[in-house]
Amino acid sequence: MHLSDFQIFLLISIIKIVVVLGITLTAVAYTVLLERKVLGRLQNRWGPSRVGPFGMLQPLADGIKLFLKEDMMPLAVERPLFILAPLIALSCALVSIAVVPFGRRTLVHGVDIFQISNINIGLLVILGITSIGVYGVALSGWSSNNKYSLFGSLRASAQLVSYELALGLSLVGVILRAGTLSLRGIVDSQSAHGLISWNFFGGFQFVAFFIYLMAAYAETNRTPFDLPEAESELVAGYHTEYSSMKFAMFFMAEYANMITVACVATLLFFGGATSPFGHLFDNVAVLNGPIIGALLSVFWFVVKIFGFLLLYIWVRGTLPRFRYDQLMGFGWKFLMPVAILNILATALALAYHS
Amino acid sequence: MELALFIIFGLLAVAGALNLLLQHHPINSALSLIVVMMSLAVLYWSLGAEFLAAAQVIVYSGAIMVLFVFVIMLLNAGEEDTSPGSKFSRVASIAGFPGAAAIFCLLTYVFLSERDHLGASRVGGYLSNTVNNIVDLSHTLFTSLLLPFEVTSILILVAILGAVVLARKEP
Repeated sequence: MHLSDFQIFLLISIIKIVVVLGITLTAVAYTVLLERKVLGRLQNRWGPSRVGPFGMLQPLADGIKLFLKEDMMPLAVERPLFILAPLIALSCALVSIAVVPFGRRTLVHGVDIFQISNINIGLLVILGITSIGVYGVALSGWSSNNKYSLFGSLRASAQLVSYELALGLSLVGVILRAGTLSLRGIVDSQSAHGLISWNFFGGFQFVAFFIYLMAAYAETNRTPFDLPEAESELVAGYHTEYSSMKFAMFFMAEYANMITVACVATLLFFGGATSPFGHLFDNVAVLNGPIIGALLSVFWFVVKIFGFLLLYIWVRGTLPRFRYDQLMGFGWKFLMPVAILNILATALALAYHS
Repeated sequence: MELALFIIFGLLAVAGALNLLLQHHPINSALSLIVVMMSLAVLYWSLGAEFLAAAQVIVYSGAIMVLFVFVIMLLNAGEEDTSPGSKFSRVASIAGFPGAAAIFCLLTYVFLSERDHLGASRVGGYLSNTVNNIVDLSHTLFTSLLLPFEVTSILILVAILGAVVLARKEP
């Protein structure tokens, strides 16, 4: 059978999408398990340990439980929007993965297999999709017709819109250094000497990184910025009225967002799929074969993502929750001015060097 | 391929715009407006204006429409009153459709007849190997159009300060 170029492209793209989606959803399930385990250890207890060896089958059991639970539909909800909201939240969280390059450029029949689509404005696409994700939260709270849900969603949308600004501004320094908005291009700009040419170390973007990290915690509604779902004040925030799979969708969206945010941090500040050793081991033939080399690049990417996920859980186990006015003051009066100063400093340094 | 995208999202934009007018609940209208803006973003993208498309999504559907939805949620605006209105609204509904059609025809005529002066773009953009317009755009914006750009920024700054002054409570 002979396939045309377009058919090959279509076939490989579909396979890529299926595989990446499968891996992301599995990663989401196991991030939940990792969080429960590590949080358990941080609080001097075991965490889930009964289902399967070391509790490894716990996500499967949770999934079955959520699937089989009764799907309650409260009578006073705005029905179409109530159903639409979790779909928006989950699909926005999953779509961003499409532009992430998670390995070095590896062409099979002229198609890069480690990135679903290499878009020349990849970073802006991720920011755009994140900003659309606000609607999932906002609409879920409003359509639930419940005062706690509405408060939760008002808090969440105000917080997301405020921190999006600091988040966007913190990335400008990296874009200035790379001179491109394509994620592959940004990764390539840091690949010269391994660790020391990453934006975090060699690029002096650590201020931008910490601004990004804090804004990203707020964007994903994680502790210490999890006011939208503060259980001591708001029952469960915007997803109070949701049950069964609709609740699971919000839950998965939160963890998928965590993974996306970790991907962006890795790509922008920690060199993406490049090795921290740079070209140190380029003359070791075993590590540079076409297959082992490609797998090694994916390995470095996964290690970095894993580090970020552990950091998330560590922070959740350590820090208490902010008060709402402190949250807003921190975002607008501290993070944003510092981000602008960082842009100014980076631009001046680049202008001085060029 | 590009033509298929254009037809799908063009139809989606028109359908969203009609739905915006026909819906009675303000939040449904606001959501239809978001659909229109997203479809327009895809159309911009397919014409090779990637940055405009991203800005459309981030600024309009991601920030401004969030505020719209926010206000509708906070005011808890109910269903729109659709009882037959005044004489003026009846005149508007009779004159509106021919008027809109006339404006549409006029604009189409002007754009088609002055095509050589206005310039044209091919459907396909990035796929049909046009230049990466983010580089061109920023170059033009910060060299030959620097003064208008700065003046606009100062205008926006003045508007923000004005809003802050108006919103501040009297001591």
